[in-house]
Amino acid sequence: MEEKVIICKELTKKFGDFIAVDKISFEVNKGEIFGFLGANGAGKTTAMRMLCGLSFPSSGEASVAGFNVYRQQQYIKRNIGYMSQKFSLYEDLTILENIRFFGGVYGVPAKEIKRRSNSLVEKLGLQSEAKKKVGDLPLGWKQKLAFSVAIFHQPKIVFLDEPTGGVDPVTRRQFWDMIYEAAASGITIFVTTHYMDEAEYCNRITVMVDGKIEALDTPQNLKKQFAVKSIDDVFYQLARGAKRSAD
Amino acid sequence: MKQLLVFIRKEFYHVFRDRRTLLIMFGIPVAQILLFGFALTSEVKNAKIIISDNAKDANAQQIIHKIKASSYFLAEEATVNYTDIEKVFRKGELKCAVIFPPHFGNDLLRSGKAQIQIIADGSDPNTAKTLINYLTAIIADYQHQISPAAALPYSIVPETRLLYNENANGSLNFVPGVLALVLMIVCTALTSVAVVREKELGTMEILLVSPFKPVMVLIAKAIPFLALSIANFTLILLLSVYVLDVPVKGSLSLLYIESILFIITCLSFGLLISNTTNSQQTALLLSMMGLMMPTLIFTGFMFPLENMPWIFQAISNIIPSRWYFLIVKAVMLKGLGFEYVWKETLVLVAMTVLLLIIALKNFKKRLA
Repeated sequence: MEEKVIICKELTKKFGDFIAVDKISFEVNKGEIFGFLGANGAGKTTAMRMLCGLSFPSSGEASVAGFNVYRQQQYIKRNIGYMSQKFSLYEDLTILENIRFFGGVYGVPAKEIKRRSNSLVEKLGLQSEAKKKVGDLPLGWKQKLAFSVAIFHQPKIVFLDEPTGGVDPVTRRQFWDMIYEAAASGITIFVTTHYMDEAEYCNRITVMVDGKIEALDTPQNLKKQFAVKSIDDVFYQLARGAKRSAD
Repeated sequence: MKQLLVFIRKEFYHVFRDRRTLLIMFGIPVAQILLFGFALTSEVKNAKIIISDNAKDANAQQIIHKIKASSYFLAEEATVNYTDIEKVFRKGELKCAVIFPPHFGNDLLRSGKAQIQIIADGSDPNTAKTLINYLTAIIADYQHQISPAAALPYSIVPETRLLYNENANGSLNFVPGVLALVLMIVCTALTSVAVVREKELGTMEILLVSPFKPVMVLIAKAIPFLALSIANFTLILLLSVYVLDVPVKGSLSLLYIESILFIITCLSFGLLISNTTNSQQTALLLSMMGLMMPTLIFTGFMFPLENMPWIFQAISNIIPSRWYFLIVKAVMLKGLGFEYVWKETLVLVAMTVLLLIIALKNFKKRLA
């Protein structure tokens, strides 16, 4: 049996009368690339925040990397990486300073930081830019760097919240190569996206509509199930029934 | 602990790479000390006055000599008649006119009573009053000279002393005021902006997802500003001692301890502001506008609090800088010890604790 790194059972989040996330249940396997799809306002971000230990669920059960989301948020945080749609490195710090900072915050030993940052800079081909401020890099590079920083401390799971927003297709392709590489090394990828072609790259995808999970399977099976040619059509069929307007 | 150090180092990078912050941090205090020390002096020196001597006798001349000898005036002798005097004033440059009537000396010696007219430009009442005071003193002095004390059966000579400031150094009151103002504004504004910037950039989220404790984020943010504020305080102190000649009479260490306390008060206030807003502009506006005026008005160094209506006096009690101002005045200028400022210190401690509790509670609430 495969190792489950995320287990959700009827996870719910209410804000007053508003049910942002409505009894969602799913499991994510180790090393899987798990796509989380949904229109704006469908509840993706709220669900993700609960899993990252940023907010408490209203009801239901969930464990991330084997830790309970109610009681062991601190342990969860140590075992995950996170990258958001907003570019999230410090622009006034150099590449190396950013790596050193985030590595340090996650408690990676100084020697290890040095070793890993050298090999990372080399891998990204940024040797000549290593001492330049991140603000001077093109957006595509920033996103790749942000992803590398998010998995720098070798987390069990990395959460990516619309990571490729505003990035050109070539860089997006390279970005996904990095995701595959990370997944191959055993890191589980939990990714939300707006791009339906990216959904096809995932091992399995869920589609959230109005806080509920309406579909969960491999892209191939979903296309078969809905008898359509692309995930785009699957998403369209499901999202058409949404009552909530995008916020 | 190591994580905290990593974080603090990062904060220092931010501060040192942001020229604007550095300029605010160290530019404002230097500018203010120099401005308040040299530009905003309430002393009157070299005021232009005109002396119209219609008597031309010995007594009038003696008084005129005395006036001319004083460094307060740039006296010029001219014959102006009463009707022309207003014309001269209208030109503006003249601050004051002294007019001796004809037969001044005669009147003085014969009837024992003579008059001098002093006309001052009342559109600037402070200067006018000061000049009149100087002139009256000179005349009184002369009067004393020509009728020796023996001639009078009783004589009262007021001996005046300006306690704590024997040389009437006008900068004295400004230094504690500027200290309070600068620390209040620099600490509060810069701290709030530093925290809000992380929110604006989206890095705050990353920090909150990390194992770094949220409260530690606030502490790590505050520590560099604490260090810089202490440096800032030292700078102002050096400027005041060596440039403005305002010495530290009391215990230097007590002054530092009280200042660090006040800096922490301001930092807590800055953190509180940063919790209630999401944009750097709002934070800056809130801390600059919301604090600048109340601090200027209610600290008591520009306008005496005692003369304000009770409602404003009551409001001034909640302004931290007001209490700090009292402490600095007591310790720095009067050389008093802790036993004289413990009440004010207690108020500041209470304010700090309250602000910190509210700030931390707010911060946690936002996370849930």
